[in-house]
Amino acid sequence: MRNLKTTYFEDLQLFKDGVHLFWSAVLILALFTLPFFVKTYYLTILNLMAVNVIVALGLNLLVGNTGQISLGHAGFVAIGAYTTVLLLKLGVPFIFAFVAAGVVSALFGILLGIPSLKLEGPYLAIATLAFGLAVTTLIGRMDFLGGRMGMNVPKLQIKWMGLKYDHALYYIILSITIIAVIAMRNILRSRIGRAFQAIRDSDIAAAAIGIHLTRYKLYSFGLSALFAGAAGSLWALYLGFINPTLFSFILSINFLVIIVLGGLGSITGSILGAVVLTYLNLQLENVVDIPLLGAALYKFSEVFMTTTGIANVSWVLTGFILILVVLYEPLGLYGLWLRTKIFWKRWPF
Amino acid sequence: MNKHTFFEVVQLNKSFGGLKAVNQLHFDVKEKEIFSIIGPNGAGKSTVFNCINGLYQPEEGQIKFKGEELIGKRPDQIAQAGIARTFQNLELFAHMTTLDNILLGRHKSMKASILATVGLSFKRSKAAKEELEHRRKVEEIIDFLELEAARDQFVSNLPYGKQKLVELGRALALEPDLLLLDEPAAGLTQEEREDMIFWIKDIRDLLGITVILIEHNMQMVQNISDRILAINFGTQITIGTPEEVLNHPEVIKAYLGEDLPSTL
Ligand SMILES: Nc1ncnc2c1ncn2[C@@H]1O[C@H](COP(=O)(O)OP(=O)(O)OP(=O)(O)O)[C@@H](O)[C@H]1O
Ligand SMILES: [Mg+2]
Repeated sequence: MRNLKTTYFEDLQLFKDGVHLFWSAVLILALFTLPFFVKTYYLTILNLMAVNVIVALGLNLLVGNTGQISLGHAGFVAIGAYTTVLLLKLGVPFIFAFVAAGVVSALFGILLGIPSLKLEGPYLAIATLAFGLAVTTLIGRMDFLGGRMGMNVPKLQIKWMGLKYDHALYYIILSITIIAVIAMRNILRSRIGRAFQAIRDSDIAAAAIGIHLTRYKLYSFGLSALFAGAAGSLWALYLGFINPTLFSFILSINFLVIIVLGGLGSITGSILGAVVLTYLNLQLENVVDIPLLGAALYKFSEVFMTTTGIANVSWVLTGFILILVVLYEPLGLYGLWLRTKIFWKRWPF
Repeated sequence: MNKHTFFEVVQLNKSFGGLKAVNQLHFDVKEKEIFSIIGPNGAGKSTVFNCINGLYQPEEGQIKFKGEELIGKRPDQIAQAGIARTFQNLELFAHMTTLDNILLGRHKSMKASILATVGLSFKRSKAAKEELEHRRKVEEIIDFLELEAARDQFVSNLPYGKQKLVELGRALALEPDLLLLDEPAAGLTQEEREDMIFWIKDIRDLLGITVILIEHNMQMVQNISDRILAINFGTQITIGTPEEVLNHPEVIKAYLGEDLPSTL
């Protein structure tokens, strides 16, 4: 109960209570010991999930918390990835290349934020879309970035107690993801995060209480791009090879789907959305191999689309899921999670 | 004391297309005064507030606060200068709790940078210390307005009367020198309105804040105001003490068919 709280600091703490702390510790411990139990393939999936979590955190800050829109976040991921690879090739240590990726991406974010001060809704959507497309097109024409052929990502020189390279990468990515989650959680609960949400709910009132709208919108774009750039840096690292087509418009849409499915404006939502949708997308790639259903979908595709259109099945399903979310659970997976929690709290009454 | 007037509006003009919403309006407000603006619907009252707090740019005139010109400043700069307001049609942060709404009133007094806020969950961090310090101030406001039960609720789930109080609380959290209240009692029950009158008096008497009030309820205006400005079609009808203004024939005429005769 409220009155029993000894200090207001309990509202700022990372963990609400002992139970919360315990389960968080269990989860983190499990994630850190995982490499000893599973095949590298599964680590790759976890890496991909983690990278998507980081992008989703940033995008959700912009879309869910600040009420802006971006259809071009793949562009920031690309900027982060290419910055990292370029610097690694120049012999810069990874830690600096990683920070640079975030910073460069954030600068581009602020740059893209400037038109957002004048544009709203669909117009901003189009501006960000154009940005995303421009980034990959330009990269494709720059020979020193490998052009459309792409380029190899130099391997890091990691010698940590005889750790395998894949395992080491997994640990780097996992640690950074955990830090990203904590950082985002603290930012959102602070005066900065509250200001973002104020702008989302009423920009008139936000200005009237002293929030500099221009500055905070640019902060939001910058921070959002910083997370995307950092994610791009990590993605490049474990992919080992990057080219412009990786960062397509479809990827930007995929990020949006993640946060809508997970729950707009919620960190738990960003995590759940990224994990579930990454898994789903991987599974749907093999949809034709599913007995009966696969054959049926193949037939469907043959009649109504082309047989090569079978790959679109995953998009049709994603669209279908989105419609369900918007209709029945606007808070997404986070909403579902809240309901279950309330259910179990009341159980068995 | 100061040579200049505390707050002064000089020959203010604001039009929308052909419509002169505010026309050559001229008045001043003294420190620690409760100053009311009355007038029929569409008289231009809210437009005056919107000009004062920088949402609208007037075509002509001056708005001086402690000798400083406000016209041309952004709303956030005007808030920094010490002017807070509430809105006629609630502008709350609907998807946030009462606590967060009022904490947002502390925003401009808090200094933590983005980088500093990353450390918020660590007790020794500067961000946490600052947050707790301001949280205490907010809890005082919650106590003052008796909003304890609403503290952790999303404001969109609160009854209308409570929402109005949250907006007042958020404005108070700015610790302003001048508070603009746009119809704070509209839509309230009789009991809630009486509470509101007490609070507004307390805000002036205990907190020493100057108040400019827009209000349609004449009983309340008469009860609470030191001076009243009556306007119609954006221009002044008269200005003076409640007795002078509310008995002025042109004020009564402007309100003919409205609620003035019945509530006086
Ligand atoms: N943003 C705007 N654009 C166009 N016209 C406006 C705008 N704001 C106000 N007006 C017009 O200016 C006039 C004055 O409006 P205002 O809201 O200031 O009246 P008011 O005195 O506050 O009335 P009420 O008692 O109904 O709140 C009205 O005719 C209104 O339609
Ligand atoms: Mg009005």
